[in-house]
Amino acid sequence: MRKGPSLFNIVSVTLGFAFLYLPIVLLVIYSFNAGRNVAIWSGWSTKWYVAMVQNQQLLDAAWVTLRVGLLSATIATVLGTMAALALVRHGRFMGRTLFSGMVYAPLVMPEVITGLSLLLLFVAVGFDRGFWTVTIAHITFSLCFVAVVVQSRLVTFDRAMEEAAMDLGCPPFKTFFVVTLPIILPAIIAGWMLAFTLSLDDLVIASFTTGPGATTLPMRIYSAVRLGVTPEINAVSTVLIGIVTIGVISASLVTKRQEAERQKAERLAAAAP
Amino acid sequence: MGNPFKSKAFVVLVPYIWLFVFFLAPFLIVLKISLSMTAIAMPPYVPAFDLSAGIGGILSDLKELSLENYAFLFSDSLYIKSYLSSLQIALVSTALLLLIGYPVAYGMARAPKAWRPTLVMLVILPFWTSFLIRVYAWIGILSREGLLNTFLTWAGLIDTPLTILSTNIAVYIGIVYSYLPFMVLPLYAALEKMDESLLEAASDLGCPPLKTFWVVTFPLSLPGVIAGCFLVFIPAVGEFVIPDLLGGSETLMIGKTLWAEFFSNRDWPLASSVAVILLLILVIPIVFFQNAQQRSQERNG
Repeated sequence: MRKGPSLFNIVSVTLGFAFLYLPIVLLVIYSFNAGRNVAIWSGWSTKWYVAMVQNQQLLDAAWVTLRVGLLSATIATVLGTMAALALVRHGRFMGRTLFSGMVYAPLVMPEVITGLSLLLLFVAVGFDRGFWTVTIAHITFSLCFVAVVVQSRLVTFDRAMEEAAMDLGCPPFKTFFVVTLPIILPAIIAGWMLAFTLSLDDLVIASFTTGPGATTLPMRIYSAVRLGVTPEINAVSTVLIGIVTIGVISASLVTKRQEAERQKAERLAAAAP
Repeated sequence: MGNPFKSKAFVVLVPYIWLFVFFLAPFLIVLKISLSMTAIAMPPYVPAFDLSAGIGGILSDLKELSLENYAFLFSDSLYIKSYLSSLQIALVSTALLLLIGYPVAYGMARAPKAWRPTLVMLVILPFWTSFLIRVYAWIGILSREGLLNTFLTWAGLIDTPLTILSTNIAVYIGIVYSYLPFMVLPLYAALEKMDESLLEAASDLGCPPLKTFWVVTFPLSLPGVIAGCFLVFIPAVGEFVIPDLLGGSETLMIGKTLWAEFFSNRDWPLASSVAVILLLILVIPIVFFQNAQQRSQERNG
């Protein structure tokens, strides 16, 4: 049988990727447009970037978003890792079906439902809406994504290593931090990054659960988009795309190198007499 | 932490309680408020239960629970149309995603091994960039004075600009574009695992390529097809941002209707009953999705 990709495969992958990337590339190019109209090119300019950094409302919103993102991603990572451990390691416990249901359901739950239900909870208990309510909402949905990412790493985990450590007299708690945690760390980092970007990205849930003084960046962008398309929004988008791209690529390079080093160490260990 | 039973209980209990309080309990509150009456106040509803009144109070409240919001939902054709049109848009989008996503995933899975991680990375990357921004990018492309019309006029293909933005076509484009990674990744995972010697065996036995695809490849990729379809169909039914920004006034989707009831009409009880019905519609696909997830996790474990 003929090896190598066929013409059909090359064409479909190329078209698929063109479809995925063309809109983003156009968006970035038009952020440097001198004119106000986003479809007519009238020369290069960085004036929309200048306008962006002078827009105090936008900067305030970015600051709120960044704080919510850092805080919610960190707490969601801790809770999500615990949830993954509970699902993979603790076999059958009471209410396990309900628990796994609550972990998987938010992955596909429409955002309008999650947002509305959390808001009604906050109102029912008389909790003032603002920074903290948005943070709690973001922790709740992103912890499930962290749990799924960490869980997929835990199921391929060789428990013999933990058993070896405990046979050598390492207490369980210490074993977790010395053996388990370093091995699942790449998944935990990936989970944190996923939680952080989900938080940066969220418009719907934040709109429901926010209060005065806690307007997030997506909410600002959304209200600006509703008023009309301007290159300033393209400039903000370009900055966000740039940050995310650099973050994701550098993270994947770091994981790749760690993986290579780990495999090298394993080979050396196996070769040792 | 000397006692392993204590630390074990801790690991289970903390996320359990968190999800119970912030995920499950809120649904009960939604259900409760959907049964109460609208009021012009803040918060804009009359509580269905008043715990301070004790058991007697709750009993008298129970008699006052009203199904009025639900009756209203079924009497006004706007809501029924919104539900049906959401389901239709989500179904058609899922079918389109499968048609577009399958060849892409197939091509990726048949690409040289060394390229595959890079290709997967390239599919995931747009998912990391903001959803809102990716939807926004299409406004500049699809509008009447947008890039697509400018290009088509320049190429001499059309004389008058096409109206795509603010129609359902734009909503389909937006959903297919935004959800494509969710469809491609599970399909790729299923196709990549496939044993290629099965294809060789089929072709050695004289099976034509197209038939091999339908008899061997497609059935083996079915778990990926099912996972991908659920992953895009369920959130697409409740989608808000895409129909709001790309759709027009005739685009009816339930996420948009719920948002309008809540933010524009400030009718919280009605918005709650819209959410309860939406949840009832989605509960069957969600349970299917969970079972599939659990099974695949147990298979790997």
